[in-house]
Amino acid sequence: MVQTQTASATKQLTMVQAINDALKLKLEQDETTLLLGEDIGKNGGVFRATGGLYDTFGADRVIDTPLSESGIVGTAVGLAVNGFKPIVEMQFMGFIYPAYDQIMTHVSRMRMKSMGRFTVPMVIRAPYGAGIRAPEVHSDSAEALFTHMPGIKVVCPASPRQAKGLLMAAIEDPDPVLFMEPMRSYRAQRETVPTDAYTCEIGKGRRLHEGSDISLIAWGAMVAIAEAAARKAEAKGISCDVIDVQTLYPLDRDLIAESVQKTGRAVIVHEAQGTGGLGNDIVSLINDEAFLYLRAPIERVTGFDVPVPFFALEDQYMPNTARVLKQIERAVNF
Amino acid sequence: MNNQFPITKIIDDDGTLLDTSYEEQLTEALSYHLYHHMYRIRTFDRKAISLQRQGRIGTYPPFEGQEAAQVGSAYALGEDDWVFPTYRDHGATLTFGADMTRMFMYWNGRVEGCVPPEGKRIFPAAVPIATQIPHAVGAAWAEKKKGTDNIALVYFGDGATSEGDFHEGLNFAGVFQTPTVFFNQNNGYAISVPFEKQTNSATIAQKAIAYDIPSVRIDGNDCFAVYFTTKEAIDAARKGKGPTLIEAVTWRTGAHTTADDPSKYRPEHLGTDTVDPLERLERFMKTYGHWNDEKIAEIEQTCQAEVETAVEQMENASQPNVDDMFNHVFAELPDHLANQKLAYEAFLKEES
Repeated sequence: MVQTQTASATKQLTMVQAINDALKLKLEQDETTLLLGEDIGKNGGVFRATGGLYDTFGADRVIDTPLSESGIVGTAVGLAVNGFKPIVEMQFMGFIYPAYDQIMTHVSRMRMKSMGRFTVPMVIRAPYGAGIRAPEVHSDSAEALFTHMPGIKVVCPASPRQAKGLLMAAIEDPDPVLFMEPMRSYRAQRETVPTDAYTCEIGKGRRLHEGSDISLIAWGAMVAIAEAAARKAEAKGISCDVIDVQTLYPLDRDLIAESVQKTGRAVIVHEAQGTGGLGNDIVSLINDEAFLYLRAPIERVTGFDVPVPFFALEDQYMPNTARVLKQIERAVNF
Repeated sequence: MNNQFPITKIIDDDGTLLDTSYEEQLTEALSYHLYHHMYRIRTFDRKAISLQRQGRIGTYPPFEGQEAAQVGSAYALGEDDWVFPTYRDHGATLTFGADMTRMFMYWNGRVEGCVPPEGKRIFPAAVPIATQIPHAVGAAWAEKKKGTDNIALVYFGDGATSEGDFHEGLNFAGVFQTPTVFFNQNNGYAISVPFEKQTNSATIAQKAIAYDIPSVRIDGNDCFAVYFTTKEAIDAARKGKGPTLIEAVTWRTGAHTTADDPSKYRPEHLGTDTVDPLERLERFMKTYGHWNDEKIAEIEQTCQAEVETAVEQMENASQPNVDDMFNHVFAELPDHLANQKLAYEAFLKEES
């Protein structure tokens, strides 16, 4: 999905390094780019996503803000309408809720309510998800609160290479983008990442593995789970089409429809709670686009309808390979 | 704290000049400009209530009684400054240059009402309380970063000071020394809840102490006190001296909105304690020989005619366009939304 690539030089990077790389390139390219957030300056962010940027670009562009999520997003609205491109960091997605009002009532609808006169292009970065033994509230996966919100795009990369390209695209986007970063994937793998600037198109998913029996549909940290389940299923003779959704809003309807039309079966995997989850929208998409191709009911493997538990039980809460494999077999044997 | 923040006035209720240091600045021309704007927005306001009663516009929040606060502050702004109003500050935005026809359209449910004249930096009115305060801080911060001397002024009421965004906005403005003027209209009631139930603080001005932001408490019904105080705060912001909080004590004469009945929660007599800001200016003008019946009649006629024309234009505006519902959500219409639009248009065609 790498679309523009100006040089062949590459680096082996983790996802958090790739994110840092994208931010650095954008700060270099465009003087109006500003980073705002808690502990993102001298400290380089609690995950070091902004490491080194304060020293390079200074306190006026890599801004340590007060501990004030609504204040950060609210002032970013004013900066964005007045010529700057704010990239704000919510330290954890579980702490985005104080800013929800600003995002819901202004960020997402400023273009609409001013008929395009005032726009707020900005990126809200939010590390999300369970699996790193974090304290309470730090592990939420709240994408559905935002995919339900008209006027904001929601992006969630699964690998270092995609993270860099998608983040650069998000920063260039004329509309606000919520950029969800799977904490569990921050340092899980290194990948060959182009050194120069490139973008991956927002609104497009990607097929990671071509298969014919069943579609596995996932995003963020669940992509690795889906891939692992696919390998186990292949060993049992089940051929899986693995889709990384990547953009959660607007969904790549064509890719999902085409995959399920081919396989006639689908398992959707996400770690957020099932009720009201984005998986249900994907079920509805399949209903719209591929109903007559279905050979089995669509399966979902999601977090349970409980608050993400304290970490002693987080492994029980999150979908894992075994749970996904079980639903694959159930669909195939229907 | 009341003592620390006494209400400052330039003219008294009976129109007498109290602060003689302003004597030379209270010119006939300034008096007429302020009177004209206040009469103009009052005419708009009363017309809007009447239109709502006749079912010609939707629910409307009147500002009568707050004309001096809104006109005095907006009149102090420079052409390139920013204004962040609430839904009750259309008196201020009209004074600053918002279009009257579009203002009526806004209260008739038309999104076109949020679009200011080209180049005019008037934000769409904030409906959720206090949310516009951080926006003004951000816009002012951007001006500071660009090195201009433009400022941002934000309006909010007494109830807004209980919201987190008020405190977050003031805190950011203090930390980053943004050129923001926080203009509070303390009209004593947040719908039905009186000020003393809103906060244990005796004043709103004192809340700025916590953020080390200068603040002042003024008589919000004294148009001169409002104008000169706001101008001083704006000038300080322009010169890089940072933000100021102004508490303008005023009174909403009417209901919260046309759907509200204030007699349920507010004793009638409270309103009569406060002298009407237009009458007060009239007394001053008469005392100091600025009042000319013919000139005033001319102003009043001009305003009446302007309001009538705006109503006519609002009522003759083209029908709302269904496309507008879809077209401004994103810069480019996403496919699924384009499909929803097409399907609905086809449905409408079938039905017609």
